[in-house]
This record gives sequence, C-alpha cells and structure tokens, in this order.
Amino acid sequence: MSHRADRTLDVRSLARVEGEGAMHVRVRGDIVEEVRLDIYEPPRFFEALLRGRRHTEPPDITARICGICPVAYEMSACAAIEDACGVVVDPAVADLRRLLYCGEWIESHTLHIYLLHAPDFLGYPSALEMAKDRRDLVERGLAMKKAGNEIVELLGGRAIHPVNVRVGGFYRTPSRQELAPLRDKLRPALDQALETVRWVSGFDFPDFQHDHELLALVSPGRYPLESGAVATTAGLTFPVGRFEDHIIEEQVPHSTALHARLAGRGRYAVGPAARYTLNRQWLSPLALEAADAAGLGADCRNPYRSILVRAVEIVYALDEAIRLIDRYEPPERPFVDVPPREAVGYGATEAPRGILFHRYGLDADGLITSARIVPPTSQNQASIEDDLRRFVGSRLDLDDERLTWQCEQAIRNYDPCISCSTHFLDLTVERR
Amino acid sequence: MNAGRRVVIGVGNDYRRDDGFGPLVIAGLTGRQDDDPRLSGVDLRVSDGEPTRLIDLWTGAGLAVIIDAVLDDGHHAGNRHELTLDALDELADTQSASSHGISLGSTVALGHALGRLPGRLVVLAVSGAEFGFGQGLTPPVAAAVPAVVERACELVAQR
Repeated sequence: MSHRADRTLDVRSLARVEGEGAMHVRVRGDIVEEVRLDIYEPPRFFEALLRGRRHTEPPDITARICGICPVAYEMSACAAIEDACGVVVDPAVADLRRLLYCGEWIESHTLHIYLLHAPDFLGYPSALEMAKDRRDLVERGLAMKKAGNEIVELLGGRAIHPVNVRVGGFYRTPSRQELAPLRDKLRPALDQALETVRWVSGFDFPDFQHDHELLALVSPGRYPLESGAVATTAGLTFPVGRFEDHIIEEQVPHSTALHARLAGRGRYAVGPAARYTLNRQWLSPLALEAADAAGLGADCRNPYRSILVRAVEIVYALDEAIRLIDRYEPPERPFVDVPPREAVGYGATEAPRGILFHRYGLDADGLITSARIVPPTSQNQASIEDDLRRFVGSRLDLDDERLTWQCEQAIRNYDPCISCSTHFLDLTVERR
Repeated sequence: MNAGRRVVIGVGNDYRRDDGFGPLVIAGLTGRQDDDPRLSGVDLRVSDGEPTRLIDLWTGAGLAVIIDAVLDDGHHAGNRHELTLDALDELADTQSASSHGISLGSTVALGHALGRLPGRLVVLAVSGAEFGFGQGLTPPVAAAVPAVVERACELVAQR
C-alpha cells in the first residue's frame, strides 16, 4: 500500500467529457511530479483523407469529425476554401451561416451545462442521477437544446452532420415564411436560457484562478462566431492567415496528441472564457445584462465559472438568432460559384469550445494538396494540464476519491471535445 | 402519447464501418416504404446516438424500434440480438457517461427518469467487427441487413 503522501491517481475513462481520454497524476510528498492528459488524435487521418479530394468536399467530410460540433467544421472549411478561391459570400448567406452556428452553440452549450457539468456542482455522479431528483432541470435543458436542434435541422437539412452547407453558401436557403415558426420556438428558449444563467450563478465555485493567455477571434461590433481576427489578452493580434506563424503544435513525449503553444510565449487557452474576456462588450444588451446580474466581471479566469459564461453565451446565441431571423431577406441565389485556383486558404471560426482553424492548399484544378486542422481541445491541453498541476498541488489533503473527482471536474471545465482531437481518455493519479 | 406513432431509428455513423449498420437498415426500409404496406406511416430516422436527440425521436411514440451495431468480443460479427425495454434498463451505466459514450441503456434510463419512453421499445442489434474510420460493412454484418429489415417490418406491423 502506498504511503499517504506518495500516491498515484488513475482515471482510466473520464466521465462526462465529449469523447474519451486518460489522465495521470503522480505526486511525491508535497510535489506534483507529473500531470498528463493522454490523447490519441484521429483528425490527422482526416487531413490525409482530404488530400486529393475536390475543393468542394471539405465541409461534408470534416463535418463527420464530430457529432457535437459539425457546423464548426463546415464553417471553418468553407471559410478556408473561399479564402483560397478569393470568394466572398452574399451578406444574407453570411447571416444564415451565423444563424446556423447559433443553433450549434445552443445545442452544445446546453448539453454540456445540463448533462455533463451541472452534476459536478450539484453533487451527482451523472445527469441520470440528477434527473431522478430534478427532472424539471433536465427537462429545461432538453427543451433549450431542442431549440438549437430546430435551427440546425431547418438550415442544415438534418440535425446531425448537416448536409445543406456547401462552399459558397447553401444548397437551398429558406423563405421568410419558413423561418418565422422558428422564431416562435426560440422565444421561450430564451426565457429558459435566462433562468439557466440565474440558476448556474448560484453554484458554489471553487476559489481558483489561472494565468493563461486567452485567445479568441475578435470581430469588432459583434460577438465572434464565424469570422474575425485572432487576439489574445496579452495584446497580440494577427489575421487568421498568420495563425501558423504564431501557433506552434508539437509532440509531447507522453501522448500522440499534439500540444499547441503560442510561439515565444507558451501555453494559452481558447473557448467561452477567452471569447467572453476578449469580446464582452460585443454581447447583446440582454446577454450583457444577464452576465452582469450573474456577477461575471470584465474577465473570466476561474475555469470553474466557464459554465456561467456558457449560459450567457446561450442567451446571446438565442438573442442573436432571433435578431437574424427578424432581419432576414433571402439572398438572390443560395450560393455563389467558387471556381478553384492554385492557392492556400485559411479559415477560423469559434466552435463552442474555441477557435477551430483550417488551412487548405489547392492546385489549379481544385484538388486539395495539403490540409491542416487545429481543433480547440488540442489548443487547451497544456492549460488543462497546468490547471491540474496547480489544483492538485493545493488539494493534497483530499483523499484519492475526492481528489480524482475534482480533477475530472477541472477537466470538464474546458468541455474538452476529445472526439475532435482524441479517441480515448483515462485518468491516473499516482502518489509516491 | 400518440399510441399510433411508430418510429424506427437507425443509430450509427456510416463513416465508421460496421457502425453504419443502423443507417443502412434505415436506407433499406426507406427503399421499401412505398411498396410495403407494413411500413405505411412509419417514421424512419437516423441518429448518431446522442442521448437527447434519441429521446426526442422516440418521445410520444407507441412503438420505437432501434437498430444498432454493438461491440462484443469481436468474434461473433453478424450475430443478431433482440432486446426489449426491461433488458435495456438493466444496462444503464452511470459511471461511463460522456455524451458521445452514453450507452443506449443509460439513454433509456434517462428517458425513464424523465417519463419520456415510448410505449414499447425494441432494439434490433447486430454484433460488429470493425468500427474504425471508413465506409462499408464487413461481410458478416452486411449479410445481417436483410433479416433485420424484415424483422423491423414485422415489429411495426404488430399494432
């Protein structure tokens, strides 16, 4: 039996994260010697799969990477291909894309809050156990999520892996009459989202602050979803086309997953807290009011409070979706032609979990010669490990079971979509 | 509940080899729907298995038939299984609950806790062999498609 001060904690299958992975923590005395988030990363298969395919294919192919955020993959792929081909879509098409993306944010954030993260704060091992006691809460979450599903299904053609998105726009765009009933469904969901912010703001958040550099798209005048330049809390700004000059992905010894860092700077974090901190002023008045009432300040550096930012972002997404529907005028054509040319194109959008970067090289016939995808979770890995290192170091008095629980919760703060970046996750905490 | 509503849901991903079994059975049923009176009025759907969407699909139905590929020891590819609601409820796994990994049993248990189960729930499953990236079923799993299509037709015909 290991000494109390020398211990290893292993979680071989992390619960309530998107996908599967592993964590290992080794403690010797009062020193946290090692923290590893082990990830096996399939997207590289997709990058290889894309080479030699037509420039029109990445939205459909990459949407299959994840069932939770397929719209993000479609949007980043379209942005990159259209950048390569020098095409700008009709403003009404751009609005529809933003509306579709709102649907995905609503779905993804609601799923995370109600089924994956809230049970941590309320002391339940799972959403199932929470539903047995608080059916009303889970029902509210499901109703909100359904509102997001409705948007994705109407604009995307189906709720999972939407098929209506194409390079240059959509295969078919809806009429005003088709969108009108959707508005009626979003209105009650907005009220439920405001209730969600009030509910989540009453949670007991552990006292914990990180010092990660935060990175998000910034699009002055509106909260970032489908476009913007890259900015960080340390004042670094660069266009999406320079992403690979500033973001370095590298192998780490313990994992086949790549870790991302800012060149010459180090770890950074993406996601709702980064978006909020860099773009708070561009929230809609209603979302900003909800954020203020919930006690969210100018920035969010306590990762446990990310659930609160997600709740505010659901309010924003619903509010924005209603605004977009109200002003919608169908475009003359559902898409613009995107003739290929030999070029490299870059695209980045704000997936629910943070920036998703795509880069494609095309030849003159429109065949893809190179592809690169940088998902948000791989960008957050180093920050998650740093959080865990500091978190464990300040809580060594906890028994293994409690410490393991809190470590898993710390990982869930980032809503890691390991399916996007990994295939399997286990947790080990080792004390020696 | 609309006791007359019948839904057949194919769960899976046709870009993950044998996981495409459910969607392929739905494609088979869709191809038959105009000619087979047993399928008249039956709602044929595909799902990735995400629990909230699955619950939405069967909520209010009198009968839901789920078609899915399952992973067992890998040595019985193509074997067919038929499970009813009681058997599924016992499979609930509260410890392994990523939203991607929530088992069908846990989804049923969640539906039960929410009072959102169909009147009757039947799962037609087949043991798969390959679940990696790629299209196309392995031969023994593909061979099971016609029998499961026919069994789904029989089930929805039992009013």
